[in-house]
Amino acid sequence: MTAVRTAPATATRSATLKPVPFTRLTAYEWRKQLDTRAVRWLFVTIAVITAGVLAVSALVGEGNVSFEAFVTNTSTPLAMLLPIVAILATTAEWSQRTGLTTFTLEPRRLRVVWAKLVTAVGSGLAFFLVAVVIAALAHLAVITFRDADADWGLGAMTAGMVLMLAIWMVQGVAFGLALQSTPGAIVVYLVVPTIVGALTALVQSWENVWPWIDLQTSSMPLIMGDPMGGEQWAQLAVTAAIWVGLPLLVGILRVQRGEIKTA
Amino acid sequence: MITVEHLTKRYGPVPAVSDVSFTAEPGLVTGFLGPNGAGKSTAMRMMTGLTPPTSGTARILGKPYAALANPGRRVGVLLDAAAQHAGRTGRETLALSALLTGVGRHRVDEVLDVVGLTSAEAGRRVRTYSLGMRQRLGIAGALLGEPDVLILDEPANGLDPAGIRWMRDLLRDFAADGGTVLLSSHLLSEIEHVADRLVVIGRGRVVAEGTKDELLRAAGTFVRSTDDAALATAFRDAGIDAERQAGGGFTTSADAEQVARTAVSAGVLVIELRDTSSRGLEELFLELTADDAREAVSA
Repeated sequence: MTAVRTAPATATRSATLKPVPFTRLTAYEWRKQLDTRAVRWLFVTIAVITAGVLAVSALVGEGNVSFEAFVTNTSTPLAMLLPIVAILATTAEWSQRTGLTTFTLEPRRLRVVWAKLVTAVGSGLAFFLVAVVIAALAHLAVITFRDADADWGLGAMTAGMVLMLAIWMVQGVAFGLALQSTPGAIVVYLVVPTIVGALTALVQSWENVWPWIDLQTSSMPLIMGDPMGGEQWAQLAVTAAIWVGLPLLVGILRVQRGEIKTA
Repeated sequence: MITVEHLTKRYGPVPAVSDVSFTAEPGLVTGFLGPNGAGKSTAMRMMTGLTPPTSGTARILGKPYAALANPGRRVGVLLDAAAQHAGRTGRETLALSALLTGVGRHRVDEVLDVVGLTSAEAGRRVRTYSLGMRQRLGIAGALLGEPDVLILDEPANGLDPAGIRWMRDLLRDFAADGGTVLLSSHLLSEIEHVADRLVVIGRGRVVAEGTKDELLRAAGTFVRSTDDAALATAFRDAGIDAERQAGGGFTTSADAEQVARTAVSAGVLVIELRDTSSRGLEELFLELTADDAREAVSA
């Protein structure tokens, strides 16, 4: 140990200190989102699944796969697992108890919530871009090696996927904030849609009601690239309010009002 | 400077902290002492804005914690050394705080050096750390922003005797340079040599506050005589509050001279007369908190 300065700074410095800018808070949250071991393994998992899906669709059959079909291939595993990254980045504040540090370094808690939302959506868009690039390479490969027809068009399906990925990322943060528990939020995120999905299949008489209640049902035309009318958009907005907006509101209230309890 | 005024936290009907007031001055190490569950951590969480108080205020450098601009640069906080992400390396943990508070990356290496974590240790994941290493990492995190104030909850937990000595020197130096230090402990022995002032808390209330000397002086006098019954009467007549001890004699808050004069005027022969300060702080601490601790157990 050397005689490095541990001394407190003089009071003169206090005048020059500015509140932490949102950009720096966002950079902090972004790095926290991606720098843990658990998240690295999630990305390995996503990469392996994506590689598998790509290999199957490129090698099995005629290999005549369009660019957009490849984009669907590469973005689906991402859409399934990336929201878990958003959940982990949120619930770690409680499960890994990092909230003690985060909320003492930035006591303006709502800003931390916004930074988490920005970084979650940001990661969704950034990794979607990566998925698109990989899809482009895959499409190039089938054109080159399997004499596939060049079909570079991207349409409603891709746009729908981007929008839904952003919604799911926000949902991941929302569930994490509302439940403040890693296993709890992951289980609820994965299991509840399955249960509701089973219900939609069982209760067929509600066929016209489900699109107003179930986010999966209402988002189906968007992901499939089907035309979205005013009613479909309204259904998407209502279901997103129920499954994303409501948990986010609960989460924000819990974070804003309560104690930062971690134990 | 930490100013705590009438700080109170109730969970339902249960008071965790009741009307706690004290000041931690710059240039001094203030020890926050109390048995487990006395409310030290809750009070410190209120000081750092993590727990909203039921009533009362806590100000740091003249402001509520949440009103400080970039508080990581003003106040070094270590509330729980175990509250570090197990899947990050020690260095990454510090690098993140350096990023947010805007101190240069060189500070990470500096504070690692200060707390005696080697480069190899800093490169390991926190999951593999002993409690002592986590404690050092936590202290490194608190020092990172070159703060004016340190708030440390049980920082000596898990440190070996050499580590406790090292921390003592570190905090003494920090205070000597004009910094404010508030550190808590449930073990008097950990802080009696480092703290200039003590705030003793039991069951959520401040039961004693002052310098070590003041606290000892307040402890009073022990007296034994050949005729305790006559002495008891003399005390009563003189208006001195004295407590009869099971093994004979009295303890009283009156000083030795007062006791001796009372005995002389009553014609009682005193055979033992001493300051109870000779018992040491440990006993005082136990005495001050014993009732509260017992109540807490039965509650």
